Amino acid sequence: MSDAAPTPTRTRREERVLELIETARSKRPRFRDEHITLAHGAGGKATQTLIEGLLVPAFGGEALQQLGDAGRIPLGAQAPRLAMTSDSFVVSPLRFPGGSIGELAVNGTVNDLAMAGARASALTVSLILEEGLDADTLRAEVEAIAHAARDAGAEIVGGDTKVVQRGLADGMYICTTGVGTVDPRARLAPQQLRAGDRILVSGPIAEHGTAIMLARGQFDLDAEIASDTCCLWPAVDALLDAAGRELHCLRDATRGGVASVLNELARASHVGVLVREAEVPVRPVVAAASELLGIDPMYVANEGRLVAFVAPDAEDRALQALRAVAGCEQAAVIGEVTAEPPGMVLVATAFGGRRVMDQLVGDPLPRIC
Amino acid sequence: MRFVDEYRDAELGQALAGEILAAVDPGRHYKVMEVCGGHTHSIYKYGVDDLLPANVELVHGPGCPVCVIPMGRVDDGIAIAHDERVILTCFGDMLRVPGSHQTLLEAKAGGADVRMVYSPLDALRIARENPEREVVFFAIGFETTAPSTALTLQRAKREGIRNFSCVCNHVTIVPPLRALLESPDLRLDGFLGPGHVCTVVGARPLRFIPADYGRPVVISGFEPLDILQSILMILRQLSAGRCEVENQYKRVVPDEGNLRALEVMAEVFELRPHFEWRGLGFISQSALRLSDAYADFDAEQRFSTPGVRVADPKACQCGEVLKGVIKPWECKVFGTGCTPEHAIGTCMVSPEGACAAYYNFGRYARQKEAV
Repeated sequence: MSDAAPTPTRTRREERVLELIETARSKRPRFRDEHITLAHGAGGKATQTLIEGLLVPAFGGEALQQLGDAGRIPLGAQAPRLAMTSDSFVVSPLRFPGGSIGELAVNGTVNDLAMAGARASALTVSLILEEGLDADTLRAEVEAIAHAARDAGAEIVGGDTKVVQRGLADGMYICTTGVGTVDPRARLAPQQLRAGDRILVSGPIAEHGTAIMLARGQFDLDAEIASDTCCLWPAVDALLDAAGRELHCLRDATRGGVASVLNELARASHVGVLVREAEVPVRPVVAAASELLGIDPMYVANEGRLVAFVAPDAEDRALQALRAVAGCEQAAVIGEVTAEPPGMVLVATAFGGRRVMDQLVGDPLPRIC
Repeated sequence: MRFVDEYRDAELGQALAGEILAAVDPGRHYKVMEVCGGHTHSIYKYGVDDLLPANVELVHGPGCPVCVIPMGRVDDGIAIAHDERVILTCFGDMLRVPGSHQTLLEAKAGGADVRMVYSPLDALRIARENPEREVVFFAIGFETTAPSTALTLQRAKREGIRNFSCVCNHVTIVPPLRALLESPDLRLDGFLGPGHVCTVVGARPLRFIPADYGRPVVISGFEPLDILQSILMILRQLSAGRCEVENQYKRVVPDEGNLRALEVMAEVFELRPHFEWRGLGFISQSALRLSDAYADFDAEQRFSTPGVRVADPKACQCGEVLKGVIKPWECKVFGTGCTPEHAIGTCMVSPEGACAAYYNFGRYARQKEAV
């Protein structure tokens, strides 16, 4: 049978091993892979290695170092603050319950600007079309792009079209770039999380990714789940109004889901995050599909949900303001920022235990957006 | 969700935690091994170990079917996948298991046609839809998944699908457990029996554990309340001086197992004389290969593979971690040669392995103690 209970204090050797691991982890990741795999596009650890290990060191720049959803354009102290971002869309299938690639392409870029506190004013749209693409499909997507841009109040001011041989693009890919003026109320940055900040999500999570998964028809699962794709500016506008400078940071929880957003920001701000699992809104039908497929909704992509970090004093105001926005009625406070352990996300499970919610490793599902 | 949420009730969990606390001898340290990777997953997912007293320690066992696959077998799969005629199919979690120089995911990035399936029947469907290609299913798993591979092969034979074959890496649970129990330095007090395996093989094959090695076994379900209740049952056996196989998972596991599944397996598979386990070395009669009647579907005969044994590095001490002899951080290569990004041993390969868990969550454990 077993020995006596081990001593509760850790030995010096164990401490050394833990310190070694921490040192290794706090170093900037190096990009050492021989090939690009689908994991590099999934929004998890491999994506982070690609961005922080290859792209950021090569492109440098103060704006890029921030690793925000959109970059600020330095125009001098007197000029209006501008933000700019770019996003590309390769989703399969092109149309799915709740939306299509054209709508995603506009909302994705508009939302990335919104997360920097900027309202999109101008967009460019580049289309990469596959030889043989049905003209009606293209017409429908062009209409979807125009409609979504009108809804967001952004003007399409330029673009490009390319056609590639059959087999080199799956129907169509879209790339959009957007520019907007940063709202004077906004003081948002990934480094601004503070212990005590409350964490809000703007509605039930994991709907876009689950809708795409089911739309592909691989699983013989039928459920009424639609993508949540929408323009998030009205939600951001309401939050800025209610919380102003007490709104510390915003992220839209796209690839890699809410879990990836929390991990990225915990690292960027050197703080811990505690999520109360029971408070996270997930529609029962989405929870059931995730259960069957063995997928954690916290890692599933959203296209119309944001995560907001607000000072504790502003919690109620922010939540009420958010819930008054159409589509955000089920917004909820899901947890808070903690001082310890820095860089880590912990979950208080509905069952009463705790666990670490790590970054996504690998890719549960490619080409989700 | 009905029939699911009932087994995740936090109040019942607290009640069981109270009973466990009452059942332990505070002066004694208990080490209980959960044999199955599915249990490990649930323990992490729900934070089950947070509800246990500090002197009840869970040790993760050898029952993760992905992380016991040795590097040489992964290399064989990759070699087959690089054959231009081949579509290699496998379960998703197999894609990231390192071979000696790459994973199947990296082979896919390098041009191999590797596809993830949820069931071997999906692989058979791909074979039907691509008659000009060779479709190979890289089969892994314990007795839990072996019947579905066997059924798929029966169907392929019946339908005369000639472009389908299987790399059989199916393993059996009893031999590695016996190997662990044979170890003179074993420090385990009891076992959570693998509920899904027992659904197929029944409770009888585990009787040797109490009979020959004097350790209690409780066959456990996979929901958090199942696991807590099973731990309580083990502790009660220990304090009463009983030692037997008990079945907590009666709603699913019949004592005699699933006879139909066992029949199908007996027709399609036969025991290999020996098989290599990552971290545990060669264990005789611990794995399955296709029987002579199904030799036509054996990918190992259809394709040439390197078949090279890639030794686990000498410094790797996974075996001792699995036996509970050393803690992950006491291993010579832990955190230096062996990290989750570049895993050497089985315990670091899967995120649920003991070493990977400690590497990722060790800081958090320290935090927890401070609180």
